[in-house]
Amino acid sequence: MTTNPTLISTLTSLPPRAPIHTLSVYVANKPGVLARIAQCFARRGFNIESLVVSPAMDGKFSRMTIGASGNPEGLEQIIKQVSKLIDVLRCVDHTGDDAIIEELVMVKIAVSPAERGEVLQIGEHFGCKDLDMTETSMILMFTGKTEKIDTGIRMLKKFKIIELVRTGKIVMSRGEGES
Amino acid sequence: MKSTASSGKIGKKITSKAEKDAEGVKLSALDGGQALIKCLENNGVEFIWGYPGGSAIPIFDAIVTTKTPIKLVLVRHEQGATHMADGYARATGKPGVVVVTSGPGATNTITGIMTAHMDSVPMIVITGQTISPMIGKDAFQEADVFGLTMPVVKHSYLVKSADDIPRIVKEAFHIATTGRPGPVVIDIPKDISSQPCKSPLDAEMDLPGYGPPPAIDPRQVQAIAAALNRSTKPLILCGHGVLISSAAPVVRALAEKLGAPVTNTLLGKGGFPEDHPLSLGMLGMHGTAYANKAMAECDLIISIGSRYDDRIIGQASKFCANAVRIHIDIDWAEINKMIQVHHYCVGDARAVVEELIKHVIPLDTKAWLAHLESYKKHFPLKYKIQGGLKMQQVLDELNNMLPPDAIVATDVGQHQMWAAQFIKTIQPDTWISSGGAGTMGFGFPAAIGAQFGKPHAQVWAIVGDGGFQMTLAELATACIHKLPVKILVLNNHYLGMVRQWQELFFDSRESGVNLEGNPDFAKLADAYPGAKGLTLKRPADIRKILKRAMEYHDGPCLINVECVKSENVYPMIPAGRSVDAMILDAPKIQLEKPTGST
Repeated sequence: MTTNPTLISTLTSLPPRAPIHTLSVYVANKPGVLARIAQCFARRGFNIESLVVSPAMDGKFSRMTIGASGNPEGLEQIIKQVSKLIDVLRCVDHTGDDAIIEELVMVKIAVSPAERGEVLQIGEHFGCKDLDMTETSMILMFTGKTEKIDTGIRMLKKFKIIELVRTGKIVMSRGEGES
Repeated sequence: MKSTASSGKIGKKITSKAEKDAEGVKLSALDGGQALIKCLENNGVEFIWGYPGGSAIPIFDAIVTTKTPIKLVLVRHEQGATHMADGYARATGKPGVVVVTSGPGATNTITGIMTAHMDSVPMIVITGQTISPMIGKDAFQEADVFGLTMPVVKHSYLVKSADDIPRIVKEAFHIATTGRPGPVVIDIPKDISSQPCKSPLDAEMDLPGYGPPPAIDPRQVQAIAAALNRSTKPLILCGHGVLISSAAPVVRALAEKLGAPVTNTLLGKGGFPEDHPLSLGMLGMHGTAYANKAMAECDLIISIGSRYDDRIIGQASKFCANAVRIHIDIDWAEINKMIQVHHYCVGDARAVVEELIKHVIPLDTKAWLAHLESYKKHFPLKYKIQGGLKMQQVLDELNNMLPPDAIVATDVGQHQMWAAQFIKTIQPDTWISSGGAGTMGFGFPAAIGAQFGKPHAQVWAIVGDGGFQMTLAELATACIHKLPVKILVLNNHYLGMVRQWQELFFDSRESGVNLEGNPDFAKLADAYPGAKGLTLKRPADIRKILKRAMEYHDGPCLINVECVKSENVYPMIPAGRSVDAMILDAPKIQLEKPTGST
């Protein structure tokens, strides 16, 4: 895979952006449900910034966490339309909630033996796990809030980032209640 | 129509053991197609509007082998099938069922599905699909129907096992007919409709994300009542939801108790009798001047089962800006979608109004009603008798002759708006029109569907020469079944509504609106066995010709009405504008291009 460092730098150094809403959608695990939800966004010209889908506790259901930006009115309509889908049990906007919202990122960096020490130091500061190390590269993994991840990536950008994968936000509400 | 499927042989594959099983719950020897037909029977289906093709043959075969009492109506185009199912559903309240084949057969239904979706009409569309192993490989007549229809259905299924058919059919009917109704698509691969169905026909539904609408919140109802009780200039807006929930009697009781005037949407016609003294008729872009003025001047507007669509509100920021705005709707997503409201209640229109009526008091609306009465006198619906045969006059005369239970289905365009203005709809479910979608070609097949559902009613298709030519092939369908549908072709050799816009907003530059080359529609009707064609050219003959059509019962009767070409529909509120911009007569100056969509 060829990597375009310019693309990565634009992706990772985006200046303050429109607030991203974090929706948690609990769905019946049936074919087409993701397409139906995606359509609710696409039809109204909204971009999905991040998307995590995984089976919920019971295999019959799935949990989706969707990060999306756009005008709040449009988003309110999307939330209502998504909630209305037959296979959707509920759709909740966690923006502004006191919910736990975390991301996980893996970064592959081109690192010479001379640079390795500094990379590890940065890694330690951000609580990274080093998943892979070769003569010329490393893979670091860390988790945290979006802002922390953004900062970590910014610090690592002085090295050559070969590849970067972010899960996007996953969310869980605090206390006993379900998301 | 409960069926135990026990009588007689069901196809060659039936063994005596299976026949024994059929007495009980299991029908193990049915194939997918047969199970489907039996399930349709169990859901009370009377008609299937359909068109066969390779992938649907097992289903069509099952119609024969199950000896089902369901009547198969072979249409001439799949779009016609969907509009017939739609017209049937709107006239009877029961879901219409369509069966077509894969690929082009299925894609031809999309216009009809979209039409039903926009107007909340219950419909089940069953499409054949290529065999499962070929799906996604561009097989002959393969189309991704599940994907293609996704944005225009309430729900859809791609069936993966014949064992799922009983559950899916049960769910489909439940979804199509409850809550806010809508179309459901079931895509069945040919190998699935051919393989044995091993599950019982009374399968359990599995719909964890779909329940009944939430219970009505009494605080919301009380807040609405309190607002109403303070109003002196209220306006009730009656929408399609009133008809869907059979709320017409309670809406009438509410209006009479309050002494509140009632206006209706295009699809709300029949929800409140348009000959009632409190009725203001239809509002909106081509609504009556007095309904629109009432909307502009009221101190409270309460929509019951309408979605405050763009043809009603015009300019959202100015819509009832100084009035208390209230919304009653079964669909939560409609609340605050187009306009912000002060109070709302989510629930079935009938149930909400039944509750609401207990909390309201008679209002002092005498001055308000007198004011509106003067508007009715000063700004009536009107047309000039002189200057040739006008669509308005034909419709006005027809209105005087129609029995109150006659069903009127319209197509889309100028004739539709004039019909909405001049045909006074008195009873529920007697007005059928494509409102949200504005689907040309809808009216005639919808009238056929309505006639199937209400065989004893007088059914009129009021169509223009443009729209009629989109689905006129269904003349054959009407003839075969000897349906006495009356077809009023209001023929101005023009796509009149577009021509009107070009005249008013595009310096009269006509583009693509001249329908030269129309056939003689009366002769065309005569060419079909059992159909009768009549021609109406002079105003003096209107009653005579309409009467002749009413007296013809052996098949469809078409009246080709040669109308003047250049009439425009007024009143008109240009799209996206407020009531201030309403035009009552032909304007003397060039108008600005409207900012609204259409």
